[in-house]
Amino acid sequence: MFSGFMVNAWTVASIVAVVAGAVGFFAVLRGSAFVAHAVPNGSFAGAAWASLVGINTLVGLGIFSLLGALGIGLLGRRGRHDVVTALALVLMLGLGSLFLSFSGEYAPEVTSVLFGEVLGISANQVAPTAVLALVCIAAIAVLYRPLMLSSVLGEVGEARGVSSFRMELSFLAVVALVATMTVPVVGTTLIFSLMIGAPAAARSLTDRPLLAMTLSVAIALVTVWSAIAAAYTTDYPVGFFVGGVSAGAYTVARAWAAWRRRRHVDAGPAFGTSTPTAALPS
Amino acid sequence: MSALAGSQLLCGELAPIIEPGFFSSVAVHVAVVIGAVAAIVAAAVGIFTVMRSQSFAGEALGDIGTAGGSAAFLGGVSALWGIVAFDIVAAAVMELIGIQRPRGRDLATGIVLGAFLGLAALLLYLNTTFHNTTGAVNTILFGSVFTVARSQIPVIAALSVVALVIVAALYRPLLLSSMSSEIAAARGIPVRLIGAAYLLAMALAVALASMTIGTILSTALLVGPAATALRLTKRPGVAIAVAAMLGVGAMWLGVLLAYDSFYWAPNGKTWPVSFFVVTLIFLAYLISGLPAWLGARSQTARA
Repeated sequence: MFSGFMVNAWTVASIVAVVAGAVGFFAVLRGSAFVAHAVPNGSFAGAAWASLVGINTLVGLGIFSLLGALGIGLLGRRGRHDVVTALALVLMLGLGSLFLSFSGEYAPEVTSVLFGEVLGISANQVAPTAVLALVCIAAIAVLYRPLMLSSVLGEVGEARGVSSFRMELSFLAVVALVATMTVPVVGTTLIFSLMIGAPAAARSLTDRPLLAMTLSVAIALVTVWSAIAAAYTTDYPVGFFVGGVSAGAYTVARAWAAWRRRRHVDAGPAFGTSTPTAALPS
Repeated sequence: MSALAGSQLLCGELAPIIEPGFFSSVAVHVAVVIGAVAAIVAAAVGIFTVMRSQSFAGEALGDIGTAGGSAAFLGGVSALWGIVAFDIVAAAVMELIGIQRPRGRDLATGIVLGAFLGLAALLLYLNTTFHNTTGAVNTILFGSVFTVARSQIPVIAALSVVALVIVAALYRPLLLSSMSSEIAAARGIPVRLIGAAYLLAMALAVALASMTIGTILSTALLVGPAATALRLTKRPGVAIAVAAMLGVGAMWLGVLLAYDSFYWAPNGKTWPVSFFVVTLIFLAYLISGLPAWLGARSQTARA
């Protein structure tokens, strides 16, 4: 499980989990679960296009996820945001089905793009993934303060000169980068499970942003590691385990938070009158 | 003049547009009927989906249908049953988690969707590995209205009636609670119950749309025509009629184009129906936004 070609899988998957956990924290904070689902899912068209014209899958994924993210951001200015996201997603998937019918790919390839194929990760994927990850982390580090302000208190941000629109576009671009690097590992459909499940679980456990982000990364790592181990032993698709473990982590975290709240209510009224820093909207 | 002669005449006149055999193909007949029924139900339900900003729930139900369709393939029953069953269960789970604020609601939808997509991954894997049903995956995901069997029409009609009856019976309270849940609650409307019943109607509409353009594209039919119609008119009743016309138009034109595309490059294979339907719906949405966009531009130019 830890030898030979599996080393690449573990490396790439760990990098992916760290980035997904960190970026996903903002996805949950901004309530953009739908976008986090739509951008990676729509990049399926990019994979199909790449295989049709015979270029590197990563390039196809990158182009289509960026186009999708920017399209959602620009069209979302004038239309209802959720409608625009849904329509951009189905347009990309429709294109994907067209490319697929041209190239005559058969089912196993389609499912591996949709649901991941960790065992197929090769050594030459490690370097591009690491570079993309560094770009994502750098972007999040640079954007951290304005993005946090704009996500939590959009109007205050605008008043201080942080354009919500520009923040939205930057964030969407980062999501597109994450999608590009994650697709080969967990597949287009389940990246968002990693990007939503782990941070949502972390948010139920703590209100402090940096701690929540760290927890989110930790939970994402555990999710991916256990998913790979399980996929390796059972030969089932990684996506299945990622989806299951993420949902499980969220359920456990929610249950724990509910239990803790009840204990605090029993103990006295101290809880709920906490410091303003704890008042992130959930 | 008989209908056959009429259609032959039509074919003769429109030969460059309509390829020969279009009107005599049974698959086309079924596609035209099912497509229209699914588009009308999607319009009636979709108007509320857009007003309530529940596109993500619609998209999630569509994707969850993938798991249902694969389970049905695995069990050897019609995909429709699997899709309907899974969508209803998923709608119930989303309602039970029930976070009412939009941000939290999307999160709950996302978590449920993630779990079901994981299940879909497993079921599709089992299908391709042990059943060798190579075509099944593509048919479930991207659909093809041409593969719907004639025998399924009564079932599809019955489910459509159920969905339409729910919307018709709840019409006024649903409308009010979609526009303002506070006012609706103040007037004594059971907002939560209405929401749950509406989610059931949505599950049925999505399942029907999934049969025509595939599980992961079904959102197009639910949200696209409705959003376009709501840009053109503010009156909900009129919007439903406009959305139904747009949806049926996109379905029929899509079926026609797909039928014709057999003769296009790369030759010898039809392009997917779903691709045409989705693209037409997207174009209609873009065009419906043009007047407002031009108006805003001329205003900024004047200023």
